Amino acid sequence: MDISTLRIIVMVMTVLCFGCLCYWAFSKHTKARFDEAAQLPLTDDDLPASPVDRKE
Amino acid sequence: MQSQATYNYKVVRQFAIMTVVWGIVGMLVGVIVAAQLIWPELNVLEFLQYGRLRPLHTNAVIFAFGGCALFATSFYSVQRTCHTKLFAPGLASFVFWLWQLIIVCAALSLPLGFTVGKEYAELEWPIKIMIAVAWVSYAIVFFGTIAIRKVSHIYVSNWFFGAMIIAVALLHITNSAVVPVSLTTLKSYPVYAGVQDAMVQWWYGHNAVGFFLTAGFLGMMYYFVPKQADRPVYSYRLSVVHFWALIFTYMWAGPHHLHYTALPDWAQSLGMLFSLILLAPSWGGMINGIMTLSGAWHKLRTDPILKFLVTSLSFYGMSTFEGPMMSVKSVNALSHYTDWTIGHVHSGALGWVAMVSIGSLYYLLPRLYGKTEMYSTKLINTHFWVATIGIVLYVASMWISGVFEGLMWRSTHTDGTLMYSFIESVKMKYPYYMIRLLGGVLFLVGMLIMFYNMIKTIAGEKAYNAPVVAPAAAHA
Repeated sequence: MDISTLRIIVMVMTVLCFGCLCYWAFSKHTKARFDEAAQLPLTDDDLPASPVDRKE
Repeated sequence: MQSQATYNYKVVRQFAIMTVVWGIVGMLVGVIVAAQLIWPELNVLEFLQYGRLRPLHTNAVIFAFGGCALFATSFYSVQRTCHTKLFAPGLASFVFWLWQLIIVCAALSLPLGFTVGKEYAELEWPIKIMIAVAWVSYAIVFFGTIAIRKVSHIYVSNWFFGAMIIAVALLHITNSAVVPVSLTTLKSYPVYAGVQDAMVQWWYGHNAVGFFLTAGFLGMMYYFVPKQADRPVYSYRLSVVHFWALIFTYMWAGPHHLHYTALPDWAQSLGMLFSLILLAPSWGGMINGIMTLSGAWHKLRTDPILKFLVTSLSFYGMSTFEGPMMSVKSVNALSHYTDWTIGHVHSGALGWVAMVSIGSLYYLLPRLYGKTEMYSTKLINTHFWVATIGIVLYVASMWISGVFEGLMWRSTHTDGTLMYSFIESVKMKYPYYMIRLLGGVLFLVGMLIMFYNMIKTIAGEKAYNAPVVAPAAAHA
């Protein structure tokens, strides 16, 4: 196979792959999962308790 | 209170403090080289010549300041978002000490004149090997931590940090393929020759920007902007597309550094095309970050940390618009080799990379010492304004000087002879060099304010390691 044909195939495959990915990311199917993932840093309280509470 | 497992904050603390220290060192060298361009008499001793100090400046700010900031923030956020301690904390400690040793070796070997001569990859082969060891160890700690995570989802910031780690390993090892010829002079030669060598170098160089200075700091943005604004990222779905679009396109943009050279024309056009495409994911990410504040804009009035983060995104947007524009061959014909490039780089490096790191560090530092805020919020605000004015002076002066320079170089009389000699274009730049120096000094002053604030925050405080928090039920 000609090297140019191979390059064209790879190019088209990559674009298709990216297209599918966009479709997947914005499909209804993933909405709930991603909304939940977006909360990941926020449900984790990393503020230290006040010094008084910390005394052991 | 029963004894509980705690997160490994120690290595985060070490890297966070060294970020500020190396930031000051790197920017001080920057101020010195800016002054040397105005007053050549400052080129005293061969070790302190402009040509020796300039690579020291770039290596110090990119790999010492930027690198430490990336290590600190990634080690912090990967633990918090994975709800687990670091994997192999001993190895993480090894990464810290080896990285500091590398920085010291760089700070000695560059002024002594040991250099490969490749921009942003100047360090000679023994140091290159140390960097590869440190980076692979970093990868083991980072991906090991993700592997033992207690939540099912891998948060988007970790994807960006992970891509940065893999890409930088690939870039560094490929571009460092050299044949050492001497143990005493440390001299080595690249295995690539001619234009191939140039292409490998700029494939490395541009992706050092794309992955080290962009993907890594975007990871920082996706964790610290939502945390500081206390709002989830504007669109998580957009962040997924942002990630993959950036990964697919960045690797191909390198040839725009070699416009009008011996590089084949088609490769130059390819580099230009991919650089133009890059505008889309860059702005997608920028909008995603800024819109995270929608509904919480009022916080900007009172929260200087948020000011740093949002301003960094604005500069990210500006420099990722400017970059693609400069990669257009006809624009590049004007801008290349002029001060415009320097202005562009600093709009990205000071405006984006440094501002997002500084904002993240102000978030991080008190938490690492069991406090809820920095010693002085007022000083953070002062730092913000001093730094912002510094960047504006720096970037604007270099834009003007660069465009002037480009126009003077290309001006010809009707008979084809040059209208200006080279020295005339140098003389033209003096006032702009002065303004640039002032901008750089202001930015450095901002870092000194930060150093003072940091010392006051942590002095007398015990190191604090937060207990490992079990993930919220929904995420497990």
